[in-house]
Amino acid sequence: MDTPYAIEMLNITKRFPGIVANDNITLQLKKGEIHALLGENGAGKSTLMSVLFGLYQAEEGVIKKDGKEVKINNPNDANDLGIGMVHQHFKLVQCFSVLDNIILGVETTKNGFLQKDEARKKIVELSDKYGLKVDPDAKISDITVGMQQRTEILKMLYRDNEILIFDEPTAVLTPQEIEELMQIMKSLAKEGKSILFISHKLNEIMEVADRCSVLRRGKYIGTVDIKDSTKESLSSMMVGRDVKLVVSKEEAKPKETILHVENMTVASKMHHNNAVKNVSFDVRAGEIVCIAGIDGNGQTELVYGLTGLEPLVSGKIDLCGEDISKLSIRERAKNMSHIPEDRQKHGLVLDYSLEYNMILQRYWQPEFVKCGFLRRKNIRKFSDKLINAFDVRSGQGSITTTRAMSGGNQQKAIIARELEKDPKLLVAVQPTRGLDVGAIEYIHSQLVAQRDKGAGVLLVSLELEEVMNVADRILVMYEGEIVGELDPKKTTTEELGLYMAGAKRNIGGARS
Amino acid sequence: MNEKQKKSIWKNDGFQSILAALFCIIAGLFVGYLVLLAINAKGAGEAIVTIIKNFFNYPTKPAMLKYLGNTLVKTAPLLMCALSVQFCYKVGLFNIGAAGQYVAGAGACLYLALALHMPWYVCAIAAIVIGAVDGMIVGLLKAYANVNEVIAGIMLNWIGLYTVNMVLGTVKESTSPYTLAIASENPNAIMPSMGLSSLFSNNKYVTIAIPLAVIIAIVVWVIQEKTVLGYELTATGLNKDAAKYAGMKEKKNIILTMMIGGALAGLGAAFLYLTGYEQWSCTQSSVPAMGFNGIAATFLGGLNPIGTVFASYFIQHITSGGSYLDKGIYPSQISDLISSIIIYLCGFVLFFKYFMNSRVAAKEEKNIASKAAANKEDGTK
Repeated sequence: MDTPYAIEMLNITKRFPGIVANDNITLQLKKGEIHALLGENGAGKSTLMSVLFGLYQAEEGVIKKDGKEVKINNPNDANDLGIGMVHQHFKLVQCFSVLDNIILGVETTKNGFLQKDEARKKIVELSDKYGLKVDPDAKISDITVGMQQRTEILKMLYRDNEILIFDEPTAVLTPQEIEELMQIMKSLAKEGKSILFISHKLNEIMEVADRCSVLRRGKYIGTVDIKDSTKESLSSMMVGRDVKLVVSKEEAKPKETILHVENMTVASKMHHNNAVKNVSFDVRAGEIVCIAGIDGNGQTELVYGLTGLEPLVSGKIDLCGEDISKLSIRERAKNMSHIPEDRQKHGLVLDYSLEYNMILQRYWQPEFVKCGFLRRKNIRKFSDKLINAFDVRSGQGSITTTRAMSGGNQQKAIIARELEKDPKLLVAVQPTRGLDVGAIEYIHSQLVAQRDKGAGVLLVSLELEEVMNVADRILVMYEGEIVGELDPKKTTTEELGLYMAGAKRNIGGARS
Repeated sequence: MNEKQKKSIWKNDGFQSILAALFCIIAGLFVGYLVLLAINAKGAGEAIVTIIKNFFNYPTKPAMLKYLGNTLVKTAPLLMCALSVQFCYKVGLFNIGAAGQYVAGAGACLYLALALHMPWYVCAIAAIVIGAVDGMIVGLLKAYANVNEVIAGIMLNWIGLYTVNMVLGTVKESTSPYTLAIASENPNAIMPSMGLSSLFSNNKYVTIAIPLAVIIAIVVWVIQEKTVLGYELTATGLNKDAAKYAGMKEKKNIILTMMIGGALAGLGAAFLYLTGYEQWSCTQSSVPAMGFNGIAATFLGGLNPIGTVFASYFIQHITSGGSYLDKGIYPSQISDLISSIIIYLCGFVLFFKYFMNSRVAAKEEKNIASKAAANKEDGTK
């Protein structure tokens, strides 16, 4: 029964109505290795991990731990087998301390009273051993995202888990924090822990992983040794063809100011503070201005304020020389297109047909209405035109229910609808989130095309690579303020990271 | 481009709804039969047949027609309440207040008919207006104070009931708790029959209310499927964030929907009380079931205005049929019990649809898989 593998998932097949999420997938995790699981969104990574974690049962295939076949029917079984997971969205109790969160569910008690001293000792030992700096008594709501993640890691170690799953752990971290995490992962592996690292970021995989398994559209493509691979070879395995990772664009030729924002303040729905504090900036015709920053630093609220989804607390917005800060959403939309951050929440009515979604921003126009009745023929014509022009793929064309379409094509539909308006200003919020490399390439080229047509583009992005590649000018947001303006050609990812983490600023600050 | 021919009939939404509704009806009747068996095994078979037969229990054709007329008279208000619920449900609002809007409508039309001696159309318009106002209150609370429409609706049901009891107390018969009979007090307020009653063995309660209710159902369908208003309201119901993003006035849509829903339920009351079929009992202490049965009819009708027409008729059919049971053997509540069992099962229409969908999807998947396997074999050959 001697096997080099800590956990094996052999020939796993998992079906959902309408799709095969995992089609005969094999994943073998060696003891003490960092094994990357690479794939685009929708490739089946999450499903596979849910099978391993006992959230789903596979229809076919077996799971082996140390060479012995095991049944994992629920997350408790997974925990008993020493499998732990850091979820993309942390599962922490906000008002509890780090210590309380770590022992939650496995508390040592005596006569019904908590015995925290022992736990504290073990946590301090663990954090020293692996370089996981945390303050056991700090409240979760007070600590940084990086420290929250370390808390999650400690949670797994405290439970003596041997197999650690990291689900896209770097999405919310600054470059410096990512660097730290990589070190932590390496030291964990050195201590004999086996790590599954789910990601679609090639840089990180190249840096930290020993081997990498690639999934594409629910199918197993292969497993490679990282030392024999390149970024390009991994990416073509993931996408199935060679892709350009660099956006080709000419030098920007900015013209007149399209958008002028002055001292804008927007309240947050999540907490009582103002999420956007006294922000001023311009966007000119023919340039792509990118708002960079770590998730949750006011970018969402900034866009809500611009587009009218949230009222301003104070400040002024001029679009094409007209003050729009008091106008309704629809009046603002005349010169502005908005590719929303959450395509399923704001961008689409998922249970509507594709054609109904295509007219969402113009259904009231005479082209589509006569005496209060919808003009079906014109709607169909309009929708077919957009589908062709933007190559939106769906099962049944215009009459497809949008819910049945893939994420990439849903996004394409939104982009088609928004770009067709020929906006003066295009606000695109994470337009490539969760999309595969091919779709990302397409969307970037569309953004550049809009710029070259003379529109101002305001791009909000969390992906450093995207920021550096697409932007003509970078504005960095930190805690609701714009703390830096950078030229992507003259800055580095590291410097950008310092601004994003609030360690550096070149705008405001001292003034207020 | 073979999108049309490939579509299986099992995937057709209308077909699914009808099939699911039939399932519920059969299951409901079966459970009802079991209850009858439990109470008295001997007469159960006969009793369930009696319920299903309803007006067919009468020996002569004229009598049958007459009592079919009675069932239809009560179907019209039920259909209106069902449309009220359906209309609001499309916009994501659960109008349990339809019962109260119905009560308010009854109060308004009876008061105008009996105290002010207005003609029937004025009374009907009053019922519409008061129903709309009742709905508007719920809508305003929902839109501006985020009060759940179910809570606001239920509260208003009771406020409406006791207010109406009080107001109609001024026009009641001196010796009974019932309101004066419209037919003798103010014949102008009786809805015209336009010769329809002669089709039902001169059942004088059969009026234009019945065809009007069906026409309104069709109008509701047209509004929802064909107009910009329907497009906006449905979008708001399906995803209010996207509706807001598209610049729709979400609050206005909520209020407007509740007003239309209220108007439909209010008119429903006029369709019953302005026929003179029933008089209002000023001492009643429970909200009439019509509005609540409307909820059941909506679901049994597959959330479709046209489906609702048939569902409303069916529910009224068995409710009327229940009154023919032998009261010596079965308590008089038995008909209510059976219809409530069926109504309860109506909630499963959506479940059955879901079940059918997943079956179809699984089958298709198998087909695709076997095709893929066949292709593979071809490839190896």
